[in-house]
Amino acid sequence: MERKDVLNKVQEIIRDVFDDESLVITDETVAADVDGWDSLMHIILIGTIEDEFDIKFAMKDVVGVKNVGQLVDLIKEQVD
Amino acid sequence: MDDIFQYPFDNKTLLRKKLKLKKELLGRDIKFIEKRIAVLGGSTTNEIVDQLELFLLNNGIKPVFYQSEYAQYWQDAMFGNEELDAFNPDVIYIHTSWRNITSLPTTSNTVEEVNEMLGTECQHFTVMWDKLIEKFGCPIIQDNFDRPAWRLLGNSDISDYRGKSNFIFRLNEKLYEYAQAHKGFYVNDVDYLAASFGLEKWSNPLFWHMYKYSLCLDAVPYLAKSISDIVKSIYGKNKKVLVCDLDNTLWGGVVGDDGVEGIQVGPEVPMGQVYSEFQKYIKELKSIGVLLAVNSKNDEENAIAGLNHPDGVLKPDDFVSIKANWENKDRNMQAIASELNLGIDSFVFADDNPTEREIMKQANFGVAIPVMDRVENYLQTIDRNGYFEITSLSSDDLSRVEMYKANTQRKQLEQSLGSYDDFLKSLDMKATIRGFEPIYIQRIAQLTNKSNQFNLTTLRCSEGDITRMQESPDYLCLYGKLEDKFGDNGVVSVVVGERIEKELHMRLWLMSCRVLKRGMEDAMLDTLVSDAISDGMECIIGYYYPTPKNNMVKDFYERMGFDQVNIDSNGNSTWRLKLDGYQPKNPSIMINR
Repeated sequence: MERKDVLNKVQEIIRDVFDDESLVITDETVAADVDGWDSLMHIILIGTIEDEFDIKFAMKDVVGVKNVGQLVDLIKEQVD
Repeated sequence: MDDIFQYPFDNKTLLRKKLKLKKELLGRDIKFIEKRIAVLGGSTTNEIVDQLELFLLNNGIKPVFYQSEYAQYWQDAMFGNEELDAFNPDVIYIHTSWRNITSLPTTSNTVEEVNEMLGTECQHFTVMWDKLIEKFGCPIIQDNFDRPAWRLLGNSDISDYRGKSNFIFRLNEKLYEYAQAHKGFYVNDVDYLAASFGLEKWSNPLFWHMYKYSLCLDAVPYLAKSISDIVKSIYGKNKKVLVCDLDNTLWGGVVGDDGVEGIQVGPEVPMGQVYSEFQKYIKELKSIGVLLAVNSKNDEENAIAGLNHPDGVLKPDDFVSIKANWENKDRNMQAIASELNLGIDSFVFADDNPTEREIMKQANFGVAIPVMDRVENYLQTIDRNGYFEITSLSSDDLSRVEMYKANTQRKQLEQSLGSYDDFLKSLDMKATIRGFEPIYIQRIAQLTNKSNQFNLTTLRCSEGDITRMQESPDYLCLYGKLEDKFGDNGVVSVVVGERIEKELHMRLWLMSCRVLKRGMEDAMLDTLVSDAISDGMECIIGYYYPTPKNNMVKDFYERMGFDQVNIDSNGNSTWRLKLDGYQPKNPSIMINR
């Protein structure tokens, strides 16, 4: 899967979870950039990404992620 | 959208689109009842609250939540908390798991030590429940304990007194004893939910260690649904009638084509067995007070013949109404509703045919329409949807089917007699009208939550509320029970007035529709007036608050001889009846005080 397709899908998920169609997500996006992205919503986001890509994150991965770019890398690693 | 909330749930959508779903649910044109729910958690509860909100909104209940700070359930209950006190909950939900058990046995413990630990642990919870009951007097929903997904003692963990599983099992038993001894205390069966979901997935340690959730995210909607089932049942939003299709729903095959001998039900073949088991389950639903009806495209003769199949469990007699004809099913549904005098939104429609289900959905009656896909899933689909969740099983529930049957007999008698008055006289009606008595508290509270149509104020009350009114010197409370030659209808009417100086202000006035047009309302008013006069009252002030369902009593006070005092722009009206010179209505009912 192309990296930009993964990012697009992640953007789509983030738009759904935060119910905001206008959100634009880049590699540099961090939680603080999105209204309502707190630790509780983060869980939903991770769960939804797992379902969407049919993957499971390891606990150490979830703990370490700093921005969307790293998240996309993690997804890509497992999908490929 | 309804399908998302049907078992098996669309978990992914519920979690991913919860914000959007909430907006949609709130945007529906229905009148929500508001309830304040305190969630006291032993672990993280945020997502549970969000999902519970969706399920309750879907049931017409708009919740407002109080959430204890992380894992502060016990402290909140025991030491009080101003915010919680001010919140004054209608319902308290306590979310605890095995991780909240303070001491679990180890292999070095003796039997006596473990027994003592069990006592201590049990005490820890019972003092908290006692305190909450004493302080808030509202329904309490308590999770029972799930068990850890690992077993130190292997298979012995469940049987050996030193096993954690064994200890938890015993602790749960104590919890059930408490539930049996305390009305208004409900167990949320997490142990079942976890088992059914798959214990290993349910208790995925990642969610505990990362976020302090006692269950995995995907399981949260199941937990929320379970809590919501209890809440909606307490507030009288259970379904009342299961309306079944016949061909390929209650038996395999088409009776009109295959003949009675050709349909599949009974012990001979696997297909017959699975229909038998489903029929048996439905028969058991009847035993907990669910009314059964048939809505089938069939010649009536064939339908009855099918139901008389020698191996069938359900017989024509089990149904309060059988509509087997070639009429559209939505029309039949309306006919059944008006026959039984019940709101059509309290119906569940079980039909294997997706087209029939779609037509029913389009009719937009608010009928619940489970997805009946594959006969081997029918039973589980009906069961897991929690339509008929039992929170109190009153003797009235158990005899409801007989009461509705007696109603059908009354209708036949009515048709055979000349005048309606003659008919009423021939019923030999006897009413018992008295102040509230402890044995009827449960039924009275149930009536305040279930009655929608003949309900002037639609004031919903818990058993605690009813007891408070009964014990207060400021209230005049009456219940009415009606019997006739066909049977006992049980408690069917409740009126409560608050004495303010010389006026009696009616806070509650309701009657079950099953005794409509029998003169019971006249009997209640005659009795109320005579009691009010003995109390030194000079007039009765009646209130009518319109809801989408109680239009039938809009002119009730006028019919009863009250004068209108005022009416506001929302249709809320106030009425006065002067007691001096009241003419008793003397219906054809013998009143027993």
